[in-house]
Amino acid sequence: MKTIQVLGSGCARCESTYRLIDELAREQGVEVELKKVEDIAEIMAMGVISTPGVAIDGEVVHTGSVPDRKLVADWLA
Amino acid sequence: MFTALADSLVYGLLGLTEGDRLADALHFFVMDTAKIFVLLVAVIYVMGLLRALVSPEKVRGYVRGKPPWLARTLAIGLGAVTPFCSCSSVPLFIGFVEAGIPLGVTFSFLIASPMINEIAVVLLAGILGWEIAALYVAAGLTVAWVGGIVMQRFRPERWVEDYVWKIRMGETHEQAPDTSWAGRHRFAMAEVREILRRVWKWVLIGIAVGALFHGFVPGDWVTEHLGGEGNWLAVPGAVLLGIPLYANATGVIPVAEAMLGKGVAIGTTLAFMMSVAALSLPEMLILRKVIRWPALALFAGVLAVAFVLVGWSFNLIT
Repeated sequence: MKTIQVLGSGCARCESTYRLIDELAREQGVEVELKKVEDIAEIMAMGVISTPGVAIDGEVVHTGSVPDRKLVADWLA
Repeated sequence: MFTALADSLVYGLLGLTEGDRLADALHFFVMDTAKIFVLLVAVIYVMGLLRALVSPEKVRGYVRGKPPWLARTLAIGLGAVTPFCSCSSVPLFIGFVEAGIPLGVTFSFLIASPMINEIAVVLLAGILGWEIAALYVAAGLTVAWVGGIVMQRFRPERWVEDYVWKIRMGETHEQAPDTSWAGRHRFAMAEVREILRRVWKWVLIGIAVGALFHGFVPGDWVTEHLGGEGNWLAVPGAVLLGIPLYANATGVIPVAEAMLGKGVAIGTTLAFMMSVAALSLPEMLILRKVIRWPALALFAGVLAVAFVLVGWSFNLIT
């Protein structure tokens, strides 16, 4: 099972990123462990400045915007 | 094209008479809404297609370890092409500090970034003409340059919150961008949606304020109180008025258009635009998370003085 972390301290776009991943995971019937990382020190320790960021199994795959659906679908596949 | 649209809507469809105050205001509103949103979508799309937008992670990478003058030049130049969202100013500030970038350089970036960007420049040129756009950019770059140096003189390091120094930043991961045309198109569309969603409110409010000013504020009154001649207090007044007001650089353009149209002096208008775009209460509150009040007060003070000087100089030479 993949662990997906959404990095961002409570901004609106971080929330939409979280919801999008959650929604697509359900749609595709993929089981994932979805977490929010809101602590700024932790986010920066992962090398991210522009939030929202997304990390899969600890590796940052996306930063700076709400990812588009196709990208999210690829991550979940 | 936009004039024809506004004409047919306001005078034709609504049957209002030209010269009527309400009609003037509505005409301004319709025309600017159409023009600004068409321009916005076009510029953001093209920028997205070219992938001309630089991420803060990249800026940090370019600026770190450079000698001060080069670091400042890069920070300002890159600040001008980075679409800035005040939501990332905290991580950005910490990231710069952690990279050992001098605070004065960070302040230069924080001044340039919200004030100047490609989108605002194209809109300015499209609506107010390229001369005004060039003046605005030149003045903005100068303020960012000088403002950062002045801030540095006050040793702002002593006001940085302790926890900021302790954060260690991890390796940034460069994501290989999808450079196929389909990928570029998707990216550009996402940028358009994203940026429009963030700014549309401010732009509409800006257009509405501009329209009211255009329709209802008498030209004679403006010339007498806000024209260039002998109205020394108009510039500081405009700057003070702009500080608490929050809008982005795009939203303030229609207001500036209405001000200039009614005869407000150019320096006064430029000072007001800069003050609205660069200084705002919400932005200060966000920065308060990393830096204490004395530094913020100083930051606001330095910028306010700089904008007043810019306003006065332009009013003098025009």
